[in-house]
Amino acid sequence: MLIKTIFAGFGGQGVLSMGLNLSQAAMSEGKHVTYLPSYGAEVRGGTANCTVAISDEEIASPVASSPDFVVAMNQPSLVRFQNQIQSGGLLFINSSITEPVVSRGDIEVIEVPASDIAEELKSPKSANMVMMGAFSKKTNLVLLSTLIEVLKNTFKTKKMLIDINKKALMAGYDLF
Amino acid sequence: MYGNAAIGEAAIRAGCQCYFGYPITPQNELTEYMATNLSRRKGCSFVQAESEVSAINMVYGASLAGVRTMTSSSSPGISLKQEGISYLAACELPAVIVNISRGGPGLGSISAAQSDYFQSTRGGGHGDYRTIVLAPSSVQELADLTHRAFDLADKYRIPVIILGDGMLGQMMEPLEFKYDAPSELPVRSDALRGAKGRPSRIVKTFTSRPTELEELNWSLFRRYRLIEKEETTYEIYLVEDAELVVVAFGASARIAKGAIRNARANGLKVGMFRPITLWPFPYEKISELTQTTKHFLVFEMNMGQMIEDVKLAVEGKREISFYGRPGGVIPTPSEVLRVITRLYYQKGLKIEK
Repeated sequence: MLIKTIFAGFGGQGVLSMGLNLSQAAMSEGKHVTYLPSYGAEVRGGTANCTVAISDEEIASPVASSPDFVVAMNQPSLVRFQNQIQSGGLLFINSSITEPVVSRGDIEVIEVPASDIAEELKSPKSANMVMMGAFSKKTNLVLLSTLIEVLKNTFKTKKMLIDINKKALMAGYDLF
Repeated sequence: MYGNAAIGEAAIRAGCQCYFGYPITPQNELTEYMATNLSRRKGCSFVQAESEVSAINMVYGASLAGVRTMTSSSSPGISLKQEGISYLAACELPAVIVNISRGGPGLGSISAAQSDYFQSTRGGGHGDYRTIVLAPSSVQELADLTHRAFDLADKYRIPVIILGDGMLGQMMEPLEFKYDAPSELPVRSDALRGAKGRPSRIVKTFTSRPTELEELNWSLFRRYRLIEKEETTYEIYLVEDAELVVVAFGASARIAKGAIRNARANGLKVGMFRPITLWPFPYEKISELTQTTKHFLVFEMNMGQMIEDVKLAVEGKREISFYGRPGGVIPTPSEVLRVITRLYYQKGLKIEK
């Protein structure tokens, strides 16, 4: 099994954190994993993305030309990546700020109003964790409990952030 | 951990005392890691120099003072360091130089490429000298080979180059460090730290007598022969029954490996040969492979540089094909699988029933 995911969005939406979160969870579940942040000549306020590859065996390339899953946190990401997804793959869209216009019929589109839910939780910055929760439920790549463990570790010096991120994660998870 | 950070941590654990850097993408995280972590350690120094030329000359000085020292850069910056590397070689001084290379020529692109093979393995600067060149292909190996680079540099009093690329430097993979940082920083016995109580020593790179220089050249080359004999390393993967052997190093080797796994699943008898030391190059082992394999495919992220060494090793006994993507384009395993499959059928190689 080799599963590749691309997380994409505006710089500042926490897309790289989502990738890191998933990578660390996969690592603690004993899987082979690579994480590659986008490294183009990106502009401030522009788009950011990262690729996470998870496998039971050695991973040849950390690059995904046709990912299994794509998480699009904004409109430009949706435009850029929707045609790259493998047939039968999943496309997660942050439907709060993205017009879910998808031109393909061979992929499953999952609309998550991540920004709205995060707003309701009074923590707009946690939209990425809401999305992460939905992603984890739909893909079953890693256990929710592992993601929570990773969160605890990530925020071990900022303990007050653990709860709100966990809440956001659960809110996304319980959507489906 | 990021590949770049893994190099930094491994260097600290190898007892690197002085790091001199100058920013350039895609190796900045290494400089950043050293700025945060090396400068905190007792007795250690981090300096961001005003240029690459300055950084390598600081390495030159630190090495003379007998400590473990390192600098890092990316392709155009490494070009600037070549004069200093030549001087280090002439003075028989150990140093570790990391090249997280990018596409070239010129300022090139910031994406991963392997176009610095010639520059790394042919000395790079002026004069009759060699540097040991290590080519890691995973984050774990970036750490392991960094440690080995320091040991080799000290053992043979030679500059050692670690040739990575933007992909390895930027990617994150799980890894384990095999060593803890030493409690005492190593200092070489020949360090120049004042001549109190002993006759003075002069380390210089210029001599007006050709015979004196010739003697230095001979002594360097005797050592190079020894390094070739003792330190050549490589990885072989499924070559025993292989009809076709793919030769690749660094990042392209891991891509090739993925392609080979799939080729095997289709019954194609393909193996891989990966030089870990690019200099000394494992000529002998490749020469040995010509007895069992029918065809070689050299795969590089450049227009064909290592292929020259493979040709020297194969000595015309077998046919060699080449596939390369230059400029910072990272080929996919499925792309390489297509190349392997096409070649396999073109050459009429035997398929496993």
